[in-house]
Amino acid sequence: MKLAEVVDELDLKVRTAGGALEREVRGGYASDLMSDVIAHAEPGYLWVTLQIHQNVVAVASLKELAGIVLVNGREPEEATVERAESENIPIMVSPLPAFDVIGQLYGLGMAGGTD
Amino acid sequence: MAQDRKTTKTQELVYEMKVDQAMTRDVVTVGPETPMSRLREVFREQRISGAPVVDDDRLVGIISLEDFIEWLYAREENSVVGAKMTTDVDILFGDEPLVHAVSRFAESGFGRFAVVDRASGRLVGVITKGDVVAGLLRKLEVDYHEEEVHRYQAGRLLEDILAVGTTLCFEYQVEGQNFDRGGESASRLKRTLKGLGLDPGTVRRVAIAAYEAEMNVIVFTDGGRIDVRIDRDRITVDVADSGPGIPDIEKALQPGFSTAPQWVRDLGFGAGMGLDNIRNCSDDLEIESTPGEGTRVTITFLTGGASEAG
Repeated sequence: MKLAEVVDELDLKVRTAGGALEREVRGGYASDLMSDVIAHAEPGYLWVTLQIHQNVVAVASLKELAGIVLVNGREPEEATVERAESENIPIMVSPLPAFDVIGQLYGLGMAGGTD
Repeated sequence: MAQDRKTTKTQELVYEMKVDQAMTRDVVTVGPETPMSRLREVFREQRISGAPVVDDDRLVGIISLEDFIEWLYAREENSVVGAKMTTDVDILFGDEPLVHAVSRFAESGFGRFAVVDRASGRLVGVITKGDVVAGLLRKLEVDYHEEEVHRYQAGRLLEDILAVGTTLCFEYQVEGQNFDRGGESASRLKRTLKGLGLDPGTVRRVAIAAYEAEMNVIVFTDGGRIDVRIDRDRITVDVADSGPGIPDIEKALQPGFSTAPQWVRDLGFGAGMGLDNIRNCSDDLEIESTPGEGTRVTITFLTGGASEAG
């Protein structure tokens, strides 16, 4: 499923890198611990987190993730937005808590960590 | 975005390529003395609807199916091509950029142009819209092939350098306590390794280990250095700092064990998984540490058909 479709379905607010929305989302991972994401997320996964500092971009770029969804309406820090622009990592915001966002993603047929 | 790039490439080629690179050289021609009655065979056998008229290699006119029908209609038995052809011929020169052909097709609505050598005035070929498209595709294919060969050679270059026992070294300085630059060295290293044409799986493993080691330096020390060494069969990442050292290395290696302060944990670091991640994606991990003096972590990745962990 294309990231743009996910954005539509979940009514996410896109904060950066709108140009990379054509990317294919292969699955998802949810965690607020950097090392946990590094250990378990796969390239092309969508990352659901509440962390808003710029290190999320470094981790997403390192793991070649499809994008980052920030939950609870948390807005990315300015430095995070800048870094995401330069690394071409899409950041989206949802007003819902992580549980609901993940539930919606799962409802779209997206899974993670099972392949 | 890939689409934009391709369009630009085609546009570039249309300006770069010359008409004579896309035209058909093998042209069926007739002479001015050819009887009109012979055209029926020529057109039918060659499956064409028109032909340039050439006298002594020079283009003197063009004869089309329409001219032929006009002739039939007028019932003039013994005419020759020279008397019925169109002499006011639109031509292109072989050295004109292909873009001229494209715009002439658009302006005139003609299906084909005769191509003439500018210096000698000799007919050298014919160009149709189909020739333009085919010519562009051919050139794109050649360029793509050259790029592939180039990439392959770049990969081989690294192999050749390493085969003669040469070692490549890269060095990165890591600033302690500076979270804003977290992961910077690892990203730079990743780009470098990618650029060298190393296999993507290896690049990812090295980048992950370097990232975790870099974050450890940032979280716990006042700064350090990452040295990366590429040999024929292995990549070694050596991370050294000057304090505070690890009192119990066994404990530090346990997943979930962390001495990170709360504010670091709030950022999602210090979960006690860093060293474990490094161990999982590398082939060997060695830690030497003296409390109060510093820590040195040596991570090894085997590349000569090495295992695909992590």
